[in-house]
Amino acid sequence: MTETKLTARNVDVYYGPKKAIDNVSIDIDNGIVTAFIGPSGCGKSTFLRSLNRMNDTIADARVTGEILLDGEDIYAASMDPVALRARVGMVFQKPNPFPKSIYENVAYGPRIHGLAASKADMDAIVESALTKAGLWEEVKDRLSDAGTALSGGQQQRLCIARAIAVSPEVILMDEPCSALDPIATAKIEELIDELKENYAIVIVTHSMQQAARVSQRTAFFHLGNLVEYGETSEIFTNPREVKTKDYITGRYG
Amino acid sequence: MILTGVFLAVIGLGLVGWFAARARARLLYTGRGSMHSMPNYHGWHMALWIIVPALIAWAAWSAIMPGLVDSVVMADPAAASLPPDAMHRDAIMAEARTLAANPNAPVFNAEAQTIAEPLRAAQTRYGLIGALIIAIVAFAGGAFGFTRIRPDFRARTHVERAVLGLLLLASLMAILTTFGIVASLLFEAGMFFKDVSPIAFLTGTHWSPGNAIGTDIDDNFGAVPLFWGTIYIGAIIAMIVAIPLGLMSAIFLTQYASHRVRRWVKPILEILAGIPTVVYGYFAALTVAPIIRDFGATLGMANPSTESALAAGLVMGVMIIPFVSSMADDALAAVPRSMSDGSLALGATRSETIKKVLLPAALPGIVAGVMLAISRAIGETMIVVMAAGAAARLSANPFASMTTVTYQIVQMLTGDQEFNSPKTLSAFALGLVLFIVTLVLNIIALRVVKKFREAYD
Repeated sequence: MTETKLTARNVDVYYGPKKAIDNVSIDIDNGIVTAFIGPSGCGKSTFLRSLNRMNDTIADARVTGEILLDGEDIYAASMDPVALRARVGMVFQKPNPFPKSIYENVAYGPRIHGLAASKADMDAIVESALTKAGLWEEVKDRLSDAGTALSGGQQQRLCIARAIAVSPEVILMDEPCSALDPIATAKIEELIDELKENYAIVIVTHSMQQAARVSQRTAFFHLGNLVEYGETSEIFTNPREVKTKDYITGRYG
Repeated sequence: MILTGVFLAVIGLGLVGWFAARARARLLYTGRGSMHSMPNYHGWHMALWIIVPALIAWAAWSAIMPGLVDSVVMADPAAASLPPDAMHRDAIMAEARTLAANPNAPVFNAEAQTIAEPLRAAQTRYGLIGALIIAIVAFAGGAFGFTRIRPDFRARTHVERAVLGLLLLASLMAILTTFGIVASLLFEAGMFFKDVSPIAFLTGTHWSPGNAIGTDIDDNFGAVPLFWGTIYIGAIIAMIVAIPLGLMSAIFLTQYASHRVRRWVKPILEILAGIPTVVYGYFAALTVAPIIRDFGATLGMANPSTESALAAGLVMGVMIIPFVSSMADDALAAVPRSMSDGSLALGATRSETIKKVLLPAALPGIVAGVMLAISRAIGETMIVVMAAGAAARLSANPFASMTTVTYQIVQMLTGDQEFNSPKTLSAFALGLVLFIVTLVLNIIALRVVKKFREAYD
């Protein structure tokens, strides 16, 4: 039994005069992984970034329509984007650990949000986040090493740990494995599967196999439109739309 | 006189050669692919063969001709009356040369009049000989170049190689000049250190080169007050102004300013960097210094001086702001956007992101920028000449007048000077110290910047 976490109603996203997302409505549920697929430039990353208002950081980006988190409009004047982003975490395409130690990378979020009352609290938060990200065993003896010294896959898990450390409700992942080798990718996918128990996870991916492996629901975007959204098994075996079928059978994209 | 005309003639001949060779090549050109190189390249090839050897001959002849002329004049019976003293003789020769060029020039030594005529004759003779040699070289070069015009001749390759050589020469020129400067500095500073012990120079605290006579010479060349003044004004006061303001303006411009603001403010800052330092100098001397003197008086200072370290340092700091700002701007812009995105996505505010992620990440670049700024500030001359004063003083009082290394160099090398006195030579020793310090600062800064760049590539 799942419940709706995020709801988008008639969302348009513009970059200046250019419309990147056209009238998208979608419900994203708790406790499962939702995948966004589609060819490059179809707007799936743009839409993802509008879910935690990261598009605010782009000067001429504009979002219209409604996006609700637990029924609350995230673009309402009363919504603080800083508080929102603590609830809706994000993992990026390229691992982007800060040029700080592993410990400090994870402690960064809890520290700015004042989540730890003492050093012991912080240690516990860091250990728990790293454990959930499946990285604790690998780094517990070198927490003071630079985060940038880790391998690409470890860096990405560190970024996931960093996101988990502030106890978000939703985790957005923007092609989190596109810079990683297959073994590191497998580890991240395994991790996503474990994490979905506690979070609503949205993953943008170029790889249809990855969408099929990790997600329960899949949304197919094309030219800024949400073409089809449904159970992953349905989308990949029995798509309703011709465009979806063409894309997943590799006719274009 | 003749040689100047020859120079122009060579260039003209090269031009003629260019047209001739191109015309000849065009006759050979029968369509696409019929020649390896386009006619223009044959033109350039020919012109180079005329001009380059001829100009080398021209330069060589210009170098040896005066010697030949002098020896002929000295052998002339008219020269027998010249005094044997070499210096006196050189003076007369110089006058005779002026006379040879302009018969109406005023003369002090009557002997100059007597040798002017043989001198002119010799100049004309050797000038004509030179012109002939150069003409032969030019025509030989041209003839060689002309015979090479054939469809399969790779004129383009040759011309491009010549251009490459020219570019190499151009880049070597700056480097060689630098070596020349260093060599002359070393040589003159060496002369100075023959008279004054380097240890006394680098550690002594009393600077009054004007009093340096006889045995106490070491005691009057203690440069520590100069080094202190330089550091106090350039590296301390100026940086207290320039670092915070430059850094904050860079943060504003890279992180907060809208495109429109940035488009206006950045060029204005860059214009600030282009203001001649002498303008800053009189701003410091005429506007800032009196204000600071009055301020010193209101603070209860007995006799505040018009020239002060503070006035010079403040204005120098303002002058350096655009420099620090643009270096910090580059350093902040070099931090990948993903870094600040990562922080913002965790719910950090923009200012937390700047303080905790961007600035630490950009720190090496900022430090390097500050070091370059310091090396500029301590080498800055006009502002301190006009506003800092001449008193070599070891003091931490910013209202006191102070002097710097650059100011003393200007002092020693302007006005009447004897090049064998330690007073004048001290300028070169000071210059050497300044050169070494700025060189070291620049090398360290460039290495830091390079390391920093690598970290994000």
